[in-house]
Amino acid sequence: MDIYCHEHHNMIRESVREFAEKEIKPRATELDRKEEFSIELTRRMGDLGLFGMIVPTKYGGQGFDILSYIIAVEELARVDGSHAATLAAHNSLGIGPILKFGTREQKEKYLPQLCTGDALWAFGLTETEAGSDSRGSKTTAKLEKSQWVINGSKIFITNGSSPITAGVTVQLISDVHKDGRKEISTILVERDTPGFSSMTMHGKMMWRASDTAQLFFDDCRVPRKNMLGKRGNGSKIMLSTLDSGRLSIAAMGLGCAQGAYELALNYSKERKQFGRAISKFQAIAFKLADMATKIELARNLLYKACWLKQKRKPFGKEAAMAKLYCSEIAKEVADEAVQIHGGYGLMQEYDVERFYRDQRLLQIGEGTSEIQRLVISRYILK
Amino acid sequence: MSIKILVCITHVPDTTSKISFTDSDTKFDKNGVQYIIGPYDDYALARAVEIKESGGASITVLNVGLAETEPTIRKALAIGADEAIRVNAEPVDSFFVATQIAEVAKEGNYDMILMGRESIDFNSGVVHGMVGEMLGLPSFSPVMKLELNGEEVSMTREIEGGKDHLKAKLPIVAGCQEPIAEWRIPNMRGIMTARTKPLNVKEPVSVEQHVKTEKFELPPPKGQCKLVDPEHPEELIKLLQNEAKVL
Repeated sequence: MDIYCHEHHNMIRESVREFAEKEIKPRATELDRKEEFSIELTRRMGDLGLFGMIVPTKYGGQGFDILSYIIAVEELARVDGSHAATLAAHNSLGIGPILKFGTREQKEKYLPQLCTGDALWAFGLTETEAGSDSRGSKTTAKLEKSQWVINGSKIFITNGSSPITAGVTVQLISDVHKDGRKEISTILVERDTPGFSSMTMHGKMMWRASDTAQLFFDDCRVPRKNMLGKRGNGSKIMLSTLDSGRLSIAAMGLGCAQGAYELALNYSKERKQFGRAISKFQAIAFKLADMATKIELARNLLYKACWLKQKRKPFGKEAAMAKLYCSEIAKEVADEAVQIHGGYGLMQEYDVERFYRDQRLLQIGEGTSEIQRLVISRYILK
Repeated sequence: MSIKILVCITHVPDTTSKISFTDSDTKFDKNGVQYIIGPYDDYALARAVEIKESGGASITVLNVGLAETEPTIRKALAIGADEAIRVNAEPVDSFFVATQIAEVAKEGNYDMILMGRESIDFNSGVVHGMVGEMLGLPSFSPVMKLELNGEEVSMTREIEGGKDHLKAKLPIVAGCQEPIAEWRIPNMRGIMTARTKPLNVKEPVSVEQHVKTEKFELPPPKGQCKLVDPEHPEELIKLLQNEAKVL
């Protein structure tokens, strides 16, 4: 990967891998089983400097390029999807829109705290009746004197109710034009604002150690200056956020595939049947060859998309392709990894079982595989 | 009091590397090998950074090696060293390396010269002793605890059957091992700042080579391991009698 990676990228990979192996891996199974969000590990990720990696140093970030951040997500996902999700959602969906569209005052107020690991920020988009069709959103904000009064609810919001969640960016309808068109905007809501509440969602099959929430707004009043970006630009902000977010979901797919592949590779060398390691059988060796090939392709595609973004070239199509491909191969590789493990792959004490569950969100979250294909087809059929 | 610490690091194969040789088994095959800071050197560096953080110190990291070692040196800078020196030479043997370190140390006037108790490639474990001798400084190894109080250093050394508690006046040379400090993973800010910290390259002084490599050999492969059910210790007795023939 020397085409895209410099010395500091390799160093970041080594550091995050060492951290994930030493600090997250020993606790991942237990946290997953208990469905428990770890404040301690989140803060440790903050200590390592993983929050705000692409935020300029003047706002408390690290000032790295996008590929550095993507490698960090990939390396966490190689060990545990839940912690990669906490990091990716916070950086891409929490910090990302504030960094890109916030006023100087908003950036100075929120970003330094959000770069430490002591506080998380969420992005509230999905509603019970508005998933892929985000314009079906029913949450509203009305301007009364100098305050926005918000009413509505959101669902499936990562980092929305953790003990260290500091607030959320909400996409909502701020007005309806005379011709019936909705004016979509985004507004920042701090956690302690009266009328705002959140509830942790339990019973997930995947990312069980990450925080997923329902958000409720009941005459929730925030100052007028909490509007993020220009009024009426909510769809633009959301689409831009999702373009970047797709890269981090792709990194999660790539890391998940890499982790599952390595588990299968190691297991196949140890597991003996008919007097020899199962890796010696062509049926297994060919599976491993296919897995490695898919991972190599996925990495090339994702890093290319990062390179385009870094060079300020259009990257929307490639981001959608990377999200689609990396999440799809995560499914395929995790499935084959379980197959190679045989009956043991179905048991919770084997990590591959967790990888098999964790990959399933990746083809759904931040734009389903079907929506990615729609996005790609629109680019190529222009 | 701010002191000057020189930390000498080795650039060695990762402990999980597959070891093989080239050139009629006279050279280590570097192909595909991942390199790391010597683990014992890493502990020495971590202790130096702790001293820097608690009372103030400037840390220079030193490696004797060719340009290929620079990513390893940058990692040491990311962990917390302030500047680095690379002596541009293949580290052919312990005497050669010790001579290069001593030359750098003479110019730098350091209060402490720390390194691992041994490298993990050739494991000779003599460089710290040689450096101390060349500079006329006391050297201690393997040091598992090191506390600084003004100009006095208190150390705990691991010895056969016990521990040795020592005190010495600066300057000293020490070969370190765990648990002298908490292992450090470079954080993102460290990696960012390491990119611009000075890494100076010096040419080596001429040294007569004392060691010539005739041939490397791998140790014989480990034998098959047999597991005995703890419920049936008599099976172990049978194996020791009939197969191992040691009873």
